[in-house]
Amino acid sequence: MADKLMGKAMKRVEDPRFITGTGNYTDDMSVHGMLHAAMVRSPYAHAKINSIDTSKAKAMPGVLAVITGQEMLDAGIKGIPTGWLHAGIKTPPHYAITPDKARHVGDIVAAIIAETRQIAEDAAEQVVVDYEPLPAVVLGSKALERGAPAVHAEAEDNVCFTWSIGDKAETDALFNQAYKTVKLNIRNNRLVPNAMEPRASLAQYAKAADEYTLHTTSQNPHIHRLLIAAFIMGIPEHKLRVIAPDVGGGFGSKIYQYPEEVIVLYAAKKLNRPVKWAARRSESFVTDSHGRDHETVAEMAVDANHKITALRVDTIANMGAYLTTFAPAVPTYLYGTLLTGTYKTQKIYCHVTAPFTNTVPVDAYRGAGRPEATYLLERLVDVMAAELGEDPTEFRRKNFIQPSEFPYQTPVALQYDSGNYEPAMDKALEMVGYKELRRQQEEGRQQGKYMGIGVITFLEACGLAPSALVGSLGAQAGQWESALVRVMPTGAVEVFTGSHSHGQGHETAFAQVVADELQVPMESVTLVHGDTGRMPYGWGSYGSRSAPVGLSAIVMASRKIVDKSKKIAAHLLEAAPEDIVHEDGKYMVKGVPDKAKSFFDVALMAHLAHNYPADLEPGLEATHFYDPKNFVFPFGTHIAVVDVDPDTGKVALRRYLSVDDCGPIVNPLIADGQIHGGIAQGYGQAVLEDAVYDDEGQLLTGNFLEYTLPRADDMVQIEHDHTVTPSPHNPLGVKGIGEAGTIASTAAVANAVLDALRPFGIQHLDMPYTPEKVWRAIQGAKKVPQAAD
Amino acid sequence: MAEKVTVNISVNGEQHTSEVEPRLLLVHYLRETLGLTGTHVGCDTSQCGACTVHMDGQAVKSCTIFAVQAEGSKITTIEGIGGIGNLNPVQEGFWEMHGLQCGFCTPGMIMAATDLLSRNPNPSEAEIRHSLEGNYCRCTGYHNIVRAVQYAADKMAGKNPVGAAADD
Repeated sequence: MADKLMGKAMKRVEDPRFITGTGNYTDDMSVHGMLHAAMVRSPYAHAKINSIDTSKAKAMPGVLAVITGQEMLDAGIKGIPTGWLHAGIKTPPHYAITPDKARHVGDIVAAIIAETRQIAEDAAEQVVVDYEPLPAVVLGSKALERGAPAVHAEAEDNVCFTWSIGDKAETDALFNQAYKTVKLNIRNNRLVPNAMEPRASLAQYAKAADEYTLHTTSQNPHIHRLLIAAFIMGIPEHKLRVIAPDVGGGFGSKIYQYPEEVIVLYAAKKLNRPVKWAARRSESFVTDSHGRDHETVAEMAVDANHKITALRVDTIANMGAYLTTFAPAVPTYLYGTLLTGTYKTQKIYCHVTAPFTNTVPVDAYRGAGRPEATYLLERLVDVMAAELGEDPTEFRRKNFIQPSEFPYQTPVALQYDSGNYEPAMDKALEMVGYKELRRQQEEGRQQGKYMGIGVITFLEACGLAPSALVGSLGAQAGQWESALVRVMPTGAVEVFTGSHSHGQGHETAFAQVVADELQVPMESVTLVHGDTGRMPYGWGSYGSRSAPVGLSAIVMASRKIVDKSKKIAAHLLEAAPEDIVHEDGKYMVKGVPDKAKSFFDVALMAHLAHNYPADLEPGLEATHFYDPKNFVFPFGTHIAVVDVDPDTGKVALRRYLSVDDCGPIVNPLIADGQIHGGIAQGYGQAVLEDAVYDDEGQLLTGNFLEYTLPRADDMVQIEHDHTVTPSPHNPLGVKGIGEAGTIASTAAVANAVLDALRPFGIQHLDMPYTPEKVWRAIQGAKKVPQAAD
Repeated sequence: MAEKVTVNISVNGEQHTSEVEPRLLLVHYLRETLGLTGTHVGCDTSQCGACTVHMDGQAVKSCTIFAVQAEGSKITTIEGIGGIGNLNPVQEGFWEMHGLQCGFCTPGMIMAATDLLSRNPNPSEAEIRHSLEGNYCRCTGYHNIVRAVQYAADKMAGKNPVGAAADD
């Protein structure tokens, strides 16, 4: 066998279909007899439904059914559950079609099933709903005010749950003794994920077998199947096959089980015909779970040596109108536990209040809790460094957890397994030419030019997750992952994984690793994912878990294949299995290469079983369920350099650098691609993106005209490098890389913009840094820099 | 529902005569009437560019054009510019430089980039970025898309561009 493929920049095997327009996304599918669904959605954020008149819609030619919430209730269809529970959490029902009350703009009140999409959409406009509008509440802090409209009768005060971590008294004591403290009121803007493929679902029902098949845009088809079959429809799980074919991006938004999936399944059985629904983008804006939306008061304390002693954080995390699949986990265990970052901190106390509001549900969006934690921690660090008159990188250096201190127990539950933060920062500072850049900044300021340099260090916990641990914290699911490696008589290898690829390139990266483990050509390995009918049970892709958890399962299953192959080869070679070595793609008695058996010889004999060990089962396939021992902890330093035009307020990205440590890299093309895209999404949050509601709960930024994603000319070529600190507890030492870019870049860009604005005496501004917001801040600044006079 | 009208459109070199509703958008004509699902629909406000095709040699967003407006014109879609075994240089560039992840924006991006290179065979990075700003990508941060277009420009200029991948 030649060089290992692990670590090689292999061209992606999935690309040919995508670059030739032959991918197979859910909305590309068309089956015989297929009907189309269109949803009647509430135009009000909060309204009582007095009556629904469907007669006109029903009478239209081509309309087969108009389904209401009451009909589905009568048919025994249950509400959509959440998958994470905290003590005392309120979980009011979340029906696919709301029978009585609309709780956000976009809440479904009826569904049309028709021969064509056009007819369905025309008919949706003919459904007459008698709404009684109710006062709405949009902002989390407003929902908690006395007398605020109650979103659910089950939570009159709108409190879904409260949660805290850390010791309050000990933290307060450190604040009382502090040399210096800083305090920030921070809003983490609400975002709309906007994967480029809008959600779509196609339901089919086979009457004879009483079986359903759902093609849907999912990051985790088994979770969809479990929730829909066991909790919502009350059918045996094996009677529902969920297939996520090519999926055009997810970023969290396709983890969750959505109302439309239930509706098309119900309709497919009712009408005994396939039913498809595909979202319009403006529907995506009011139905796909949003991300972030925190209001936080955050404080930091340091001692006289400029060492961080304590953090105190109080957050209101808006849940929206209903709880989707992982919502309660995001502003708690994926947030409060991350507040240590890379800094040795004695005590941390974080308290979270999660209210319901009349807005789209909020759940995990790329990074999920960790960008929120990183953003406020890194803002506090920069503000504190400025207060102390210290260079922000030196202040960071002084506070890093040292390599000798691992495993490091934080005051907020996590135990970091490995890390070495200073070399990553030094490498990034050298790449950017930090000292020279600071000199240029000073020179520019004298000429009225405002460049900002944002340096952040970050750490994330990903590779979700040790099952017993998350179970103890409220998860209603396991978080292991499965793999099945099946070898054909010809030596061709099929790998079935519970991980799901919706852009991450698993078909390539995972095949590289299997090829290495089995010592076979990569071309003979095919990856299968996204189909509950073909794979063993699995939990899907999110939380940067595919490499550390999904791939670990594949490695372990592959090693079982090698072990069995050695036994078969030993029999064929009349040797003891322990004398067999696996080298250069062959099985041989050590030192006797001329009598080696090929993988083909072994695979064929495993299936023929003609000349075969008596005590060994025939066949050559292995399954492994891998439950990780801990999270993995990628880290790094990111640097954003921006220019702020004081006359227009426009922020322009000049340079962006990253040094990431995600352990050993399977495929650098893919890992770097994840970093590039992640950085762009984080930049979007910092500068462009904001889901803005008016006081009545209308989403003012409800399409691509009003909600701005990063475009090609907003971004620059990313300069990046890596350090490599392997995870000590998984077979390849790999760590996740899907979310790191986003976790880091929002904070880096924010710090850069506020660094640029420092001469104006502006300590903090909430994102996004739109020209208007920056211009107003400059106009309202207390301090007018000399050169701007 | 309005009465159907007849349109004659050449798509990827093949002449089609179809009865369509006047309100049918070109993108839905391509996807639903002709089954050419390589052209995608990513938005409903003509912002995302996933539906970009060529109409009489120019890149257009096929969601902003009614099928009836394409009467008599020549449409080229992603399926018409090259297939496996005979990739167009832009398709090759996207593959070689990892210019795609989920693949959903890719056909529109390739059609827009092809149009750019037909007008400007040697674009600067700024020109590439400016010319692709009508096409959203949520996965790549555009980094490798820019490199893919540069690769294609080099290839079309007869240079021998080096791919980013190790397996070339």
